[in-house]
Amino acid sequence: MASEILEGFIHALELIVSGDRAVLEITLRSLYISGTATLLAIIWSLPLGILIGSRELHGKRFIKSFFNAMLGIPTVGLGLILYLLLSKSGPLGVLHLLYEPSAIIIGQAILVTPIVVSLAANAVEDVEPEIKDLARTLGATEAQASLALFQEALPSVMLAVVASFNRAIAELGIALMLGGNISGLTMVLTTATTLATNRGEFALAIALTIILLFIVFGLSIATNMLKRE
Amino acid sequence: MRKTVPLWLATVALTAIVSVAASTYYFSVASKGRRTLVVSTTTSLYDTGLLDPLEERFESEHPVDLYFISVGTGLAMQHAQRGDADVILVHAPSSEEAFLTGGYGVCRKIIAYNFFVIIGPTTDPAAIRDLAVSEALRRIVNAGRSGNAIWVSRGDESGTHIKEKQLWASAGFNWTLLGQEPWLLESGAGMGRTLLIANERNAYILADIGTYLKYFGGGLISLEVLVSEDKELLNVYSAIAVNPDRVSGVNFEDAITFIRFLISDEAQKSIEHYQKDVYGRSLFHPAVNLLKEDTEPILTQWIREFAFFNGTECPTEYRRGHPELYE
Repeated sequence: MASEILEGFIHALELIVSGDRAVLEITLRSLYISGTATLLAIIWSLPLGILIGSRELHGKRFIKSFFNAMLGIPTVGLGLILYLLLSKSGPLGVLHLLYEPSAIIIGQAILVTPIVVSLAANAVEDVEPEIKDLARTLGATEAQASLALFQEALPSVMLAVVASFNRAIAELGIALMLGGNISGLTMVLTTATTLATNRGEFALAIALTIILLFIVFGLSIATNMLKRE
Repeated sequence: MRKTVPLWLATVALTAIVSVAASTYYFSVASKGRRTLVVSTTTSLYDTGLLDPLEERFESEHPVDLYFISVGTGLAMQHAQRGDADVILVHAPSSEEAFLTGGYGVCRKIIAYNFFVIIGPTTDPAAIRDLAVSEALRRIVNAGRSGNAIWVSRGDESGTHIKEKQLWASAGFNWTLLGQEPWLLESGAGMGRTLLIANERNAYILADIGTYLKYFGGGLISLEVLVSEDKELLNVYSAIAVNPDRVSGVNFEDAITFIRFLISDEAQKSIEHYQKDVYGRSLFHPAVNLLKEDTEPILTQWIREFAFFNGTECPTEYRRGHPELYE
């Protein structure tokens, strides 16, 4: 069995070097879907996370616990719930989103929302006491103080964004349930890996996994390097 | 301001990656304007690769893109009832009959058949080689209860699992009770993964011949075929269009075009020859001419007994005005 992992690794390099059209398409689609999902999630999650982290809200502890708990939601469970909503006979069936890339984008955006919210809230909370007070003592207005706070929390927020993207691109349940793994339309790296495994094409499955790892690993290294500068 | 620079850099980088990927992706699929047909299919047809050449041929002849969703027979019917599929390819005649009488399916056509196989370790601890199915299952139960054999079941309401439950029943066992015995494991997974589990455990298992040959030929499993080509192991695949009168918004016209394509000589030949050169035998056998011309009376009789309803593959009230499919 170990020889298959080695074979898979060699196969992965071959596929990357030769620029295999099908694999390239699947990889680009994965980047597009999970990247868009992450950006979409940021639009609503980042303000929410900063709000929760920077204000003394009523029931704050409950809200934070809720998002912390949602971090661990099984993707196939979330996928099933969204399938029932988006199915033609479901309440959102009229939108005709099922088995389209946009269905996966929405699903993954919902999946990573708790990650961005939780990590952003924690990041803002961690820096709050010192910075905001310091800014105010230096004569900053409330808005300027909040900006200073946000800037201080940025590296951690960046990390939240990267973690979200990684979770989105590596998940299987939602892509399978909402996308249907349709060749040429909704097949992404994880669903293609599953299909290759089911077909007994282990070298291809390993190769796809290695491409996925390259993306996730490369992005993490890039963020770390940027953070250090 | 020291730390805003990396953020902007990173944001720009991320946006760039996304937009490049998105535009490349859309560029590649932009030239469409074609209709789509969603086909929920049993895994054994799709995961063996049988549908790949058929898809290519069909899409080149018709302005229709086929979207195959590879799931178990149970889930395929669920999809269809909810309006999320236009055609289903399935292999569980008893459930198919319920699907037709429930009003969800019309224009059923039997497209192919093969045989399930009971496979197990080369050592064959329950001594079932070449026995009749019922006798083999009885021996496996005895060996299992005395700790000498393990049976792995799909346990997922797939066509294969439904078949397995029928086989246990006709051998005189109650599936629900059997499932509680420690030597019977339910994988809850697809055929391929269940084969791998059975292989690790040196267990007996019911498998479709197509997936088995793919895994065995690829050296992924070493389990052997012990019982096969028995009437009880017959496996019949049908295509059923989803009834637009019952389920709104389905693409019925293209569904019929696809079914007509599946029963054409061209597609039937493709089914017969699929990977025959690799495995030295057909993974699936075409059924249309066999049933029409009655070339092998015994086999035809088996299919009629097993997969016909009221003496026909599709009673007239479920044909929805397409008599040409049954000429």
